[in-house]
Amino acid sequence: MSNIPAELRYAKSHEWLKLESDGSVVIGITDYAQNSLGDITYVQMPKVGATLKAGDTFGVVESVKAASDLYAPIDGTVVAVNSALDAAPETVNRAPYGEGWMLRLKPATPGAAEQLLDAAAYGKLVS
Amino acid sequence: MSELKRTPLRDFHAANGGRLVDFAGWEMPVQYQSILEEHKAVRRTAGLFDVSHMGEVDVRGPDAGRFLNHLVTNDVAKLYPGRVLYSPMCYANGGVVDDLLVYMRGAGDFLVVVNASNISKDVAWMREQAGVYDISITDRSDEYALLAVQGPRAAEIVQSLSGAKLGLVKYYHFTEATVAGVACLVSRTGYTGEDGFELYHAPGDAVALANALLEAGRPRGLQLAGLGARDSLRLEAGYPLYGHEITADISPLAAGLGWTVKLEKGADFIGRAALLAEKQTGSAQRIIFFKTGDRRIIRAGAPVLQADGTPAGRVVSGTLSPILNEAIGSALVSAAAAAQPLITDVRGTKLNLQLVKPPFVELKKSSP
Repeated sequence: MSNIPAELRYAKSHEWLKLESDGSVVIGITDYAQNSLGDITYVQMPKVGATLKAGDTFGVVESVKAASDLYAPIDGTVVAVNSALDAAPETVNRAPYGEGWMLRLKPATPGAAEQLLDAAAYGKLVS
Repeated sequence: MSELKRTPLRDFHAANGGRLVDFAGWEMPVQYQSILEEHKAVRRTAGLFDVSHMGEVDVRGPDAGRFLNHLVTNDVAKLYPGRVLYSPMCYANGGVVDDLLVYMRGAGDFLVVVNASNISKDVAWMREQAGVYDISITDRSDEYALLAVQGPRAAEIVQSLSGAKLGLVKYYHFTEATVAGVACLVSRTGYTGEDGFELYHAPGDAVALANALLEAGRPRGLQLAGLGARDSLRLEAGYPLYGHEITADISPLAAGLGWTVKLEKGADFIGRAALLAEKQTGSAQRIIFFKTGDRRIIRAGAPVLQADGTPAGRVVSGTLSPILNEAIGSALVSAAAAAQPLITDVRGTKLNLQLVKPPFVELKKSSP
């Protein structure tokens, strides 16, 4: 069974979003996604300052099995990326909702993340 | 799609967390917990693989040795009872039908072990070549299960379950022995580049033998290992995989397996004339092995280019070496390009291919 924390929001493309008190949004991939990919060997990230539209590919996550695009769930500007994943991409397998976070966005539209799936809806999607 | 074939260990894999996938029509575990960790366990301690999908073919009769020496490129006449030989089996044009192991059990009594994906093709090919030879060819694949125990501690683990002196069985030799109460053909062979044994046994004994090996092995660091780790281990060791480094269109000479093509063995064999000509004129294409210094995996099918962008060939195998922590692979390139600087393209980034003479890592066993 996948771990689907109740306090997060989710995209159908298997990214999670965490709403921070400063209005920024942290994004990573779900436990279901990391488990499907298997051993993650490389994470390619956008540059800080990049502007993303919802549905844009913002990077690539590679496993031994395959390379998969990562999709921006909302419009926004990249304010930070998790550069620790360059040297230790397997962190995404070990802690997809914690140390394995990928990027922090400043949303173009406040509240956009709230429109995405909640844990119950995402749980139905992957069950 | 037809129903996937199952080894006797299918439920054992499922119960142990194996992730089952379709491999050549077989439902096989590609991994249990982690391909990378299973790979490292085999290099550092030991791994247990179910390779029961492999094919076993009996070749028996007064002419069996002569027939096999005609059928394959390596020198079967050098075998003696208890000895194993690795060889390609070629078409007349030098392309590869399959690569295989020949076990000599006695005069006129051989066991040939072939790739799972090629069993019916190989048996049909062998029968077509039987001609005037006084032999019988029998597909025994359903009568054998096969477990491979590989790694620096593999021999110790298997020995702990057997009264036979397995230390006397040298690399590429075999014996009949009982392991954990199960009658086995115990073969000191493998596909990982590590020391270890492959245990051929009756399918009805497979679960008991696998459980006994797991129980004896776990305290010594043994992990269950799937086909994902098997593939990365063989590539790191520089071993060919049928369909990748060797195919109907890639001869053993092009693949760097010249040591298995015994042109002067004193017996004419299928493909000899073509391979002799290829040796004299030089192969038009070659398999090269490379690393990149980067973690992005260069996957089969990726283009290989010369520095000026001229196409040179394509990648045929690629993975991340869990030991080197960088991408490694093999590519089929034109002979003219093989000595030139080569690059590939990963999602728009150009990467230099650094040519490597395999194995990529230091191995105890460096050639089959």
